Amino acid sequence: MLKSTIFAIICVVFSGAFMHLSTPKYPEKLSDWGIFEGKMANMQPKPGVVPYALNTPLYSDYAEKARFIRMPQGGSVPYSTNGVLDFPTGTLIVKSFYYSDDMQHPGNDKTIVETRLLTKEGDNWKALTYVWNDEQTDAVLDIAGDEKQVKFIDKDGVAQNVRYVIPNQNQCKGCHNVNDKMSPIGPSVSQMNGELTYPEGKQNQIEHWKNSGLMNNVPEHSAIPRTAVWNDPSTGDINARARAYLAINCAHCHRKEGPAQTSGLYLTENENEPMAFGINKTPIAAGNGSGGRLYDITPGDANASILWYRMQTTDPGERMPELGRNLLHKEGIALIKDWINQLK
Amino acid sequence: MTRKASFLLLFLGYSLITVAQKDIQKKIQSQLILAEDGAIIELPAGTFYFTNTLSLEGKKNIQIKGKGMDKTILSFKDQTDGAEGIRVSDASNILLDGFTVQDAKGDAIKTMHVKGITFKRVKTEWTGEPGPKNGGYGLYPVQCEGVTIDKCVAIGASDAGIYVGQSKDIVVKYSKAYHNVAGIEIENSLNADVFGNEAYDNTGGLLVFDLPNLVQKKGGNIKVHNNNIHNNNYINFAPKGNIVAMVPSGTGLMILATKNVDIFKNKIINNQSVSTAIISYFSTSKPYKDKQYDPYPSAISIHNNTYKRKTGLPVSKDMLSMIVAKAFIENVPHIIYDGVKNPKLLDAQGNWLAGQCISIINNKNQSIANLDVEHSFKNIGMVNDSFNCNQ
Repeated sequence: MLKSTIFAIICVVFSGAFMHLSTPKYPEKLSDWGIFEGKMANMQPKPGVVPYALNTPLYSDYAEKARFIRMPQGGSVPYSTNGVLDFPTGTLIVKSFYYSDDMQHPGNDKTIVETRLLTKEGDNWKALTYVWNDEQTDAVLDIAGDEKQVKFIDKDGVAQNVRYVIPNQNQCKGCHNVNDKMSPIGPSVSQMNGELTYPEGKQNQIEHWKNSGLMNNVPEHSAIPRTAVWNDPSTGDINARARAYLAINCAHCHRKEGPAQTSGLYLTENENEPMAFGINKTPIAAGNGSGGRLYDITPGDANASILWYRMQTTDPGERMPELGRNLLHKEGIALIKDWINQLK
Repeated sequence: MTRKASFLLLFLGYSLITVAQKDIQKKIQSQLILAEDGAIIELPAGTFYFTNTLSLEGKKNIQIKGKGMDKTILSFKDQTDGAEGIRVSDASNILLDGFTVQDAKGDAIKTMHVKGITFKRVKTEWTGEPGPKNGGYGLYPVQCEGVTIDKCVAIGASDAGIYVGQSKDIVVKYSKAYHNVAGIEIENSLNADVFGNEAYDNTGGLLVFDLPNLVQKKGGNIKVHNNNIHNNNYINFAPKGNIVAMVPSGTGLMILATKNVDIFKNKIINNQSVSTAIISYFSTSKPYKDKQYDPYPSAISIHNNTYKRKTGLPVSKDMLSMIVAKAFIENVPHIIYDGVKNPKLLDAQGNWLAGQCISIINNKNQSIANLDVEHSFKNIGMVNDSFNCNQ
């Protein structure tokens, strides 16, 4: 009797566990958005859905990313070097996060974990997250966040097991935030000024957008700024590459208009005041995140720099970025170490 | 029932509880996301475990109500994601009432860009021996307008238990803070009324700070009255690098570079290093680069407070306390002033311009020392009579 009562209680609790909560206004399934054609898992874009890439992308636990933009029919974005492009109303930005089973041979067998959409309604962006099913046939809208255990072989051939965290709707805005308004982070002219392979062949992205009418008022190619590729020394010196890395990984919060403005640490690429980007700057509210170090950046001494310390911990109260990083980014850590150690 | 079977049932029960806890996290987080204007979110009695921050964003007129402090306990001891226990941002008119937040990995409750935030009967604590791995802040409103903290309790923060930063129009009342590095801290904030609180067994009881390099530059117009600030002699366990790591253990009240501060009718008792310190940012020996920052304290009034301490040397071994110990031995003065004045606020004779004076009068057991930091402590000494602005 007691056992069956317990069982009944457990069943009630369980039925709650799979309770479905979603905002009715938006499609329940990713496939309803009509972004891909053919087999969903191939992420083959429909006509009008354009792939894009960034020179230096945000690190997200070694996840690979497939990015697309769909502007409304005949839409075009004005060229601007003032941060993220000002896309027309009705634009959809699509980013899928996936892991190749073996990153030494990427793209063969993979697990797509989530696809995030940013949709521009009027002047405002709205973020939506779709979580892929185990069969990889479609993804379902999720608002409260989730986590998945994903196994993969990394580039060095080492088996990894990541607890991949899918952010809840509020956490999206923890990063995608400019003056408390939702905003994209990546697609700027300088970040997209690099080559990408299109069905027609390799081409510079800005040239491609210009030629296909997706971008207007584009100047001469030589006048277009270009963000360094963080891990390609042929694209910039260590300062350019480190600042590009910090900008994309940190500056969405650590900017004057961002959620980490309270810290006074600003890591945008164009921040020229050394103390504002961390040089000999004392922390404001680092708490246990200071790791016992005195300054955000101690020139010449990465080991004595809070910024570098916080890249190397996975403690949620200490690590940076706060979200989406459960695995250390070894290569990023090495870059910032070399950068700080050569600062004078 | 065989032992094996009961073990299995126990195991099954445990995994179901874990699943159920995940369910509660998802359920409460969904409620917070879907809450309509005016919603009341009720938290049941009991202890609930969370692995991620609970966040409320972009909402108006929301109440989150537990069944009472220590009755509804939100524990983050198993937290794997998120830099705080609860986060409220870009919102207005929010009430948090009647619950406890335990063992958050970072800050316990952070609220940012909220107009009208009330914490009522909320406890934030880190359980166990206080240490540097505890989160920084307990109650943590920052860049908010209209902050009320009422009958709250803050325990074990490795920075400040109750911390109001870069905010405006603040009331902190009838609250308690202990076993924090700083009990209560008002930082770069305007218009604060802090009264009826008890701050004890912290490293420093109550701090009023203005720091450089911040968005909200100037704090001020701060009243601190009718508080009981006692026995703040706890060892400083703040992680190095944080500004509070320089607060001497045994500090009652410290005013750093703030203007227009009125301190009255407080009991400031048995804080064994310094009952009250008034210092400029120079005394922290920390560098800064901020042209708009004013590093000097001025327009401060300390009156009708009761001071008392046990005879004996300062308990702290920091440089400032050592210098005080050397100069005054066991006869430690209650109030120390570093003596660094803003030259722009002085007349040709070196006296304060009208309204800028530091006034210390009518305190029970008042004793004042000027440390003369500017001249490397050369003229350190008791200066009982020179802090009456009317003379």
